[in-house]
Amino acid sequence: MSDSLFGLMMYAVALLTMGGIYAVLCLGLNIQWGFTGLFNAGIAGFFAIGAYSSALLTAPPTPNHVGGFDLPIPVGLAAAMLFSGIVAYAVGRICLRLRSDYLAMATIGIAEILRLILKNEAWLTNGSRGISNIPRPFEGLPAPQAQFAFLAVVLVIVLFVYVLIQRGAHAPWGRVMRAIRDDDIAASAVGKDVEQLRLQSFVFGSMVMGLGGALMAHSFKFIGPEATEPLLTTFLVWVMLIAGGSGNNRGAVLGAIVIWTIWSSTEVFINATISWGWVPQAWATQGAFLRVFLIGLVLQIVLQRYAKGLLPERTVEISGRARAAAPRAQPESAD
Amino acid sequence: MLEFVNFYLIPGLVLGSIYTLGAIGVSLLFGILRFAHFAHGDMMTLGAYIALSFVIVSGWPAIAVVPFAMAATAAIAVGIDHFFYRPLRKGRTIVIVIASFGIALMIRSAVQFFWGVQIESYQTGIQRPLIFFDSLRIAERHIYMVVGAIVLVAMLHLFLSRTRTGKAMRAMSDNPSLAAITGVSHTQIIAWTWVIGAGLAAAAGVFLGMDTQLTGTMGWNLLLPVFAAAILGGIGKPYGAIAGGMVIGVAEELSSYPWLSDAPLLAPSYKTGVAFAIMVALLIWRPAGLFSGRVFR
Repeated sequence: MSDSLFGLMMYAVALLTMGGIYAVLCLGLNIQWGFTGLFNAGIAGFFAIGAYSSALLTAPPTPNHVGGFDLPIPVGLAAAMLFSGIVAYAVGRICLRLRSDYLAMATIGIAEILRLILKNEAWLTNGSRGISNIPRPFEGLPAPQAQFAFLAVVLVIVLFVYVLIQRGAHAPWGRVMRAIRDDDIAASAVGKDVEQLRLQSFVFGSMVMGLGGALMAHSFKFIGPEATEPLLTTFLVWVMLIAGGSGNNRGAVLGAIVIWTIWSSTEVFINATISWGWVPQAWATQGAFLRVFLIGLVLQIVLQRYAKGLLPERTVEISGRARAAAPRAQPESAD
Repeated sequence: MLEFVNFYLIPGLVLGSIYTLGAIGVSLLFGILRFAHFAHGDMMTLGAYIALSFVIVSGWPAIAVVPFAMAATAAIAVGIDHFFYRPLRKGRTIVIVIASFGIALMIRSAVQFFWGVQIESYQTGIQRPLIFFDSLRIAERHIYMVVGAIVLVAMLHLFLSRTRTGKAMRAMSDNPSLAAITGVSHTQIIAWTWVIGAGLAAAAGVFLGMDTQLTGTMGWNLLLPVFAAAILGGIGKPYGAIAGGMVIGVAEELSSYPWLSDAPLLAPSYKTGVAFAIMVALLIWRPAGLFSGRVFR
């Protein structure tokens, strides 16, 4: 195999690995927003809890922060989900009554407080220097196999989460969630405990986000407060879900991979144009901002033209008799 | 006591003026367009950087170019509304909220692209504070900022209470359908709301830049305190936003005063967390704010 082809293949592996990790985050958001209509704008917070708990538990012991406890990686992943779930339960208990914009503000506020804690409590997290030497699964293997093996781990986890959510979405549980999303008053009128079910969805989604955060920490072998900036986590994941098609799990995965490919290939493209001398070297740092602008623009275009995303949610066909019995669908209200 | 006034109370009032100017815009926009404008903080950043360009070109002090920065930012905001928010107004409001997240990042990245990432400031060199009554130390720029904020708020008050457009704006905030049947033009009021909201945001951005420095994330960091101030004052109540901004600004600064012992009550690095915590607490227990604003459900 020629060197350039090999390089291209390794790039594809890296791309798919990151895309897969984002797919996990995106599936988590799909549970909350896609199925239940909960506007969680604090993805970065649950991402951070997952990343830091797994990192602290699996890293080798060091005087720089609490632990590490040198535990096996699966324990770290399980703990990441557990802790994210606990925090989500506490947050959800008090915040889920809020209307969507207010919920967005509250979740951002909590995520930002969390980021302040991670940055300032150096005894716990090593502050802004972050946690290093986090183990990555199969990193002992020789060079190309190690990347393939880690990719396989990520893909297996994506598949597992996908199947789990897909089963849930097509079970009565998923139908109740969609009923709450579309009309919570009607759902409670037929006797569904809306508050309890919203909380379930919020906790489940946040646990998946925590898992995604843990995978990211293991992938980079490092986690610092910079990684929990709202841009790279919260915002990208939102764009991915909306572009892919919220309410559709396949759409969530596809959106994650497509948007991540656009995001990372624009970096390659900008670096290439610089190395070819098409644009001045001074633009190298500036180019990064052009990418953010581009992703923002992609979101605007998707929202205006393709509001349902690449793979729109598939609504269940109602049988002829049920349709005749049901009242005519009302046009969507302005709120 | 003097230490308290010089190092905690005065910075609190200055910060409060900045929050107030931002919160009035958020409150008006929420009242009239019925969505939380997440790009408001980045509009402050934009205003601050536009002022920087005016300062560099004209050589005037930052306070003198505030009107120009306000006008330019207002024009850009009206353009953003036309191209990005207006097409979405027919659908669910939550979609506009998502769009405003994207606009926030687009504005920020545009600022970083055009003005670069290095930290800028309007003025270099150390400015000595003025000393009143032998011991009260107030920086000159702080006087400009607070007086500037008072002038802007007074102008807003006259606009809202004396002009036809201002009254129509309040009417639309209170009851949009009633306002519409009495002949209030929807499009015109929305445009005015953006002009006022973005103009005041730009002024807040310039003041923040005068107080500290200009960075790409200066506005984003202010977004949540500003939301907190708007909610505290009651959404849709511009006058409440003034009180809300002052309370949040002063509370942030006073949180690190050594109230109980010699150590600060709260480490200064957690100062910004105070506003977030107040906001979350308000959202949960008193979503109507202190002055019974409206709650949208």
